[in-house]
Amino acid sequence: MKAHFRELSVAATLALVLLALAAFAPAFYEPQPLLSLATREAPVLVVACGMAIVIIARQIDISVGSQFSICSVAAGLLAARGWPLPAVLPASIALGALMGAVNGGLVAGLGLPSIVVTLATMVTLRQGLNLVRQGEFVNLPDGVQWFGLSQGAGQAVLVLAALALLAAFAFALRHVAAGRHVYAVGTDAEASRLAGLRPRGVTFAVFVLMGALAGLAAVMNLVQSPQVQPLTGAGLELKVIAAAVVGGVAISGGRGKLWGVFAGLLLLACVSPALTHLKVEAYWEKAIQGAIILLAVVADGVRQRSERAG
Amino acid sequence: MAADTPLLQLTRITKSFAGVRALRGVDFELRAGEVHALLGENGAGKSTLIKVVTGAHRPDGGEIAVAGRAVGPLTPKSARRLGIGCIYQQPALFPDLTVAENIDLRQFASAAAWRRVDWTDRRRRAIAALEFVGARIDPAAEVRSLSMPEQQLVEIACTLGGARIVIMDEPTASLTHREQAQLFRIVRALRESGVGVVYISHRLEEIFALADRVTVLRDGASVGTHAVADIDEAGLIKLMVGREVQQLYPPAEGSPGKPVLEVDRLACPRAGVRPVSFTVRAGEVFGLAGLVGAGRTELARVLFGLTPAEAGTVRLDGLEVRIGSPAEAIARGIAYVPEDRRRHGVVLEMPVEENVTMAVHRRLFAGGWLRRTAERALAEGFIRELGVKTAGPAAPAGTLSGGNQQKVSLARWLATKPRVLILDEPTQGVDVGAKSEIHRIIRRLAREGVAVILISSDLPEVLAMSDRIGVMRGGELTAVLPGGSSAPAVMAAALGQEGRG
Repeated sequence: MKAHFRELSVAATLALVLLALAAFAPAFYEPQPLLSLATREAPVLVVACGMAIVIIARQIDISVGSQFSICSVAAGLLAARGWPLPAVLPASIALGALMGAVNGGLVAGLGLPSIVVTLATMVTLRQGLNLVRQGEFVNLPDGVQWFGLSQGAGQAVLVLAALALLAAFAFALRHVAAGRHVYAVGTDAEASRLAGLRPRGVTFAVFVLMGALAGLAAVMNLVQSPQVQPLTGAGLELKVIAAAVVGGVAISGGRGKLWGVFAGLLLLACVSPALTHLKVEAYWEKAIQGAIILLAVVADGVRQRSERAG
Repeated sequence: MAADTPLLQLTRITKSFAGVRALRGVDFELRAGEVHALLGENGAGKSTLIKVVTGAHRPDGGEIAVAGRAVGPLTPKSARRLGIGCIYQQPALFPDLTVAENIDLRQFASAAAWRRVDWTDRRRRAIAALEFVGARIDPAAEVRSLSMPEQQLVEIACTLGGARIVIMDEPTASLTHREQAQLFRIVRALRESGVGVVYISHRLEEIFALADRVTVLRDGASVGTHAVADIDEAGLIKLMVGREVQQLYPPAEGSPGKPVLEVDRLACPRAGVRPVSFTVRAGEVFGLAGLVGAGRTELARVLFGLTPAEAGTVRLDGLEVRIGSPAEAIARGIAYVPEDRRRHGVVLEMPVEENVTMAVHRRLFAGGWLRRTAERALAEGFIRELGVKTAGPAAPAGTLSGGNQQKVSLARWLATKPRVLILDEPTQGVDVGAKSEIHRIIRRLAREGVAVILISSDLPEVLAMSDRIGVMRGGELTAVLPGGSSAPAVMAAALGQEGRG
């Protein structure tokens, strides 16, 4: 109970918000808009899982938005050339993993701070894409949107895929030795090295995983619309970092659970539709999301202070 | 102030943390011009009591009087104003600032932030403070560039300015013999000038050499104050642990077997290790003595693959091996219990059980799946076997006392079933009870055929525990002495011909 307190309090807050919506804005629960919301957030959830793992390993990757954009455009171009989706998907994942490997190589290999490395790659990748594409949209051929299924079926596939991925990673973090290594390295890299673990290998691996998930998420996003616009993914890094922090992942590493991240993401995602249904000005959205993040950070600070005093 | 008014008088001090009573009504009295030793096992309440005096903790009850005048609960600021200074085990200095800046900051921390910095005056005061502690250190040197013992002297210089009551918490933990002698001179000079010194140390011989009176704490209560002249070592130990400790050092049994570790001209100039050759046999305890900075830890790090060797060979059970990383060392059966357990020996935030299994993932979690039941069983086995006092295997290691943390660190390495076990200062900062338990564990491992390398700056420990004693100086193994050698013989080898001690 005590170990999950942070996650439970996020879940409780989310439950309160959902109850309030049920009482004051039952329209929120109409199936079609709700499914659309879930579908929009599905790729974000996939990236948030990767980001949570990166942060647990005491790193950060702020270039995910740029990676996501590049993978989106590249996947779109491949699809436009007639590649089938089963070939586009692994290509996009591989491209993301490659970009992750660049980040991981610089951070783990040269021991550079990840915030600086990924800031540099974020800007470089984004500007590189702008230079090459000049902001051009990619029109997708028929049969790509919703995998060629009906919209409802396509949406269901995406949401279920994201949830399955979340469950798989949550399980792996808890029951696979590699998951333990991520926590150990995030808590104390030098102690991990003394114990025979390979902190640099773990660091490299989490960045590669992050990139691969960005590539996967790009395709999950791509199939939702008839065209790819190159600005897609801008600001994604802030969204997923916020979800991780609100969900109880310690920014100092070593602590966090994916189901907390899931709750954190849902909480932040509910703000916008809740405002619409409660007929509050949409300008409040960012302010309220910011307040939620601030509250989570303050809660962590208070908890750490009380732990130190005790 | 009358001559017989105590400088510091603590009466019935109580303090609880989350319902656990750390201090249950402690009385303590410090007179001007005395060195008063404070003794007790880890967890007996020494640190808490010190923190009450320095204002870091607010007591729940009791009275504090300084020079006969009752003062309320102290704060760090009011304690400093009353002339209470504390020298901690680990120097609390700013590594990127110069010595003079550090001294200035600590002595004038509460001065106005906007006062003009008088560089000449600052330098003069720094020189005076350093002179008082007899340190020949350039006040303009960056603290980062100083050796650990030099930093300790700077720490002392920072604290002494204007202090009437000086608390020293294990000040010799990182000092060599020469600096230790210097520290003793400082303490005696303080006593002459009428300062009261509270001296905390686990090394009983220091207490007999230095202190006038000694107060023993046990389980958060004082179990008596004695004049040092009226009590002996056995009596003190009995007071501390509440029972007779039979023998401080268990005797060696059996004779060493075949060579397990053969080191031939192993060198790593990058890490300051010059060609070193020695052999450790199965069941042998090979002590490594030397001054701080003689290269003992560096040698251990080379053997463990943390800084891979650049030349020379290592044979394990007759086979030549290359060790390029800790993972390879562990796979070959070499284990290294590092020096600073609080930093890297145990991970304080992680549960005891995860700490225990940290070095055996490959074996315990073969195939990559975590086997939590197996993990818990392994941890529980070691908790029983080593007598680790913990709320349970799932308790964070940080909740354990220092001695028990050290046992967890040991358990992690015993779990690897090592052929060669390198122990780096295994009993530093550990209380007497846990210390003798660790000694018994070392003996038992030797009996089971493990080749043990024991690095220790505690000379009596190295002398009593080792079958042979290697002495290092300047990154070289300068002598290998038989077990039972005398302390002067080891010290002479450690200092060498040009020794200045």
